[in-house]
Amino acid sequence: MAQFRVCPDSGFYFDRSAESLMKVNAVAGVVSLLIAGILALGVILTRWQDVHLLPADLFYQVLTAHGINALIFWVIFFEIAVLYFASSTLLRSRLAAPGWAWAGFALMVIGAVMNNVAVMQGNSSVMMTSYVPMQAAPHFYLGLILFAVGALIGCFVFLGTLVLAKDDKTYDGSLPLVVFGALTATIIAIFTIASGAIILVPTFLWSVGYINHIDAEMYRIIWWALGHSSQQINVAAHVSIWYLITGILFGARPMSEKVSRFAFLLYIFFLQLASAHHILVDPGVSSEWKIFNTSYAMYLAVLASMIHGLTVPGAMEVAQRSKGYTKGLFEWLRKAPWGNPVFSGFFFALVIFGFIGGITGVVMGTEQINLIIHNTIYVPAHFHATVAVGTTLTFMALTYLLIPVLFRRALFMPWMAKLQPYVFSLGMTIMILFLLGAGTLGVSRRHWDMDFTGAMLSFDYPGTAYMMVAVGGIGGVLGVVGGAMFLIVTVGSLLFGKKLEPSAGLFQGFCGLPLADSVYNVEQPPRLERAEPVEHHHDGFEAPGTFVLALALLVCFVVYYAINWDYLSSVWPIG
Amino acid sequence: MSEDTNLPKPERIPFFQRMLDNPFLLLFIGVAMPTVFYTLWGVMEVATIPIAK
Repeated sequence: MAQFRVCPDSGFYFDRSAESLMKVNAVAGVVSLLIAGILALGVILTRWQDVHLLPADLFYQVLTAHGINALIFWVIFFEIAVLYFASSTLLRSRLAAPGWAWAGFALMVIGAVMNNVAVMQGNSSVMMTSYVPMQAAPHFYLGLILFAVGALIGCFVFLGTLVLAKDDKTYDGSLPLVVFGALTATIIAIFTIASGAIILVPTFLWSVGYINHIDAEMYRIIWWALGHSSQQINVAAHVSIWYLITGILFGARPMSEKVSRFAFLLYIFFLQLASAHHILVDPGVSSEWKIFNTSYAMYLAVLASMIHGLTVPGAMEVAQRSKGYTKGLFEWLRKAPWGNPVFSGFFFALVIFGFIGGITGVVMGTEQINLIIHNTIYVPAHFHATVAVGTTLTFMALTYLLIPVLFRRALFMPWMAKLQPYVFSLGMTIMILFLLGAGTLGVSRRHWDMDFTGAMLSFDYPGTAYMMVAVGGIGGVLGVVGGAMFLIVTVGSLLFGKKLEPSAGLFQGFCGLPLADSVYNVEQPPRLERAEPVEHHHDGFEAPGTFVLALALLVCFVVYYAINWDYLSSVWPIG
Repeated sequence: MSEDTNLPKPERIPFFQRMLDNPFLLLFIGVAMPTVFYTLWGVMEVATIPIAK
């Protein structure tokens, strides 16, 4: 029986087992996003002091579930789908050990459900970080451990598929760049999950009474190797998807594949060390450890992101210019398909990730100016730029691409899909910018009550801080509306979207059942040939518009960085 | 002249590319680097803090 089908629209080959696993992982991810999005509304409307919706205990419960569903379950479920897509579809290979892949998926679902149940029962409102000595119910930790084991199995299925593809000679030459990026994400994921096991297994044993003490500082160091690195998986994954999307939409080729690969290699070496910025004010570790891990190693990872930030739009510009969009600096960008949510989603994600997430990330990683904003609401503002927009919007853009290709359904309400990246980006950008401002004024993160009602030591934030959190709240609500639009389009597409393949029913969409047998009519796809080297013309800048954008980023960075140092001197006067 | 000598020589793959083509070597590097510089170094510093008297 043939194992593969070819998508008549995109030309992608789908292995039957891999296709089912991609679908179920993507669906599970979207369900997690739905939960996270609903809970986000509770968080926003409580932090907005004039609304102050939830009582304290419910707020912390909601915030815990929102964080874990958004930062762990949504992104990792979706990333496992991306790994199977990259290794199987892009390499035209059968999937290694599909039985293990299903077992991994089952563990992830059981773990996610168990963890959510623990939080909903009300005795595990310990935030995503679950710092000791706060103690959650044992099944809170057990759920996370099971989820992590399932994800680890997914990572090894990905590596096994790379080996299979090489043995079966399904591709020529080196791994394609997008798959290399997915490999980078997998490597970071394995370190992340191993760190999670090192700290969460003893914490679970502590919660059931077998261990009587977990050192709080030790916990923080090892936990952040899980907590922050898990977000670095996202970075590697969404950058890979940027290369994929520019390749599909514009036929763009990386400006220099060697340089892009080297940038991914820098991620492998250095990206995970940035976890240290969470420990920058902890007294237990030396300045040498802090400065090496943040101010030296982290900058090499930042360099990698800047390379990707230059080469992805640069490749798109070169491709557009070759089609004749050569007028001025930005005709290539003006004539881009702004009405296509795959493009607009990807491009907004790139800009917001780079300009806001990137610049604020460097500020947070600088030991001295980190002091201004450490543990303030600036931190969630930063990671909403990187994860909630950079990663999530990229995954949303990819979903719009995959609904017809993978699920074989036309987009439901395409006008809404067209608007969605604009609404989501606008809302989130407003929220992020104003919360960055509030954080700079010292508004603490995670705190239920800006008024400190009933506190023994009172404190008054300036009125501007209240205003900024309120405007941020309006932006956040708009962001939730944008998220809801995504869910309406995606779930609606699987329910009501026009069938591009007659056998693409509800169970095929939501449960991952294969399409009709007759669709799988390819025994073995043809070998993926190595692309011809890109010809470079050395008669000036190949991508001048991108160069100008990069200079704009540099100016923004220098100005913002200088302002922060100046601000530090005023909040911490010497002499 | 034998037929074999007319075949094109197999392309020599540079060392750096061979390294990048080995996912398990990259996995080792990607796990070893943060384990040594972040986790072990950090844990050792915490473990050597003198106990308060």
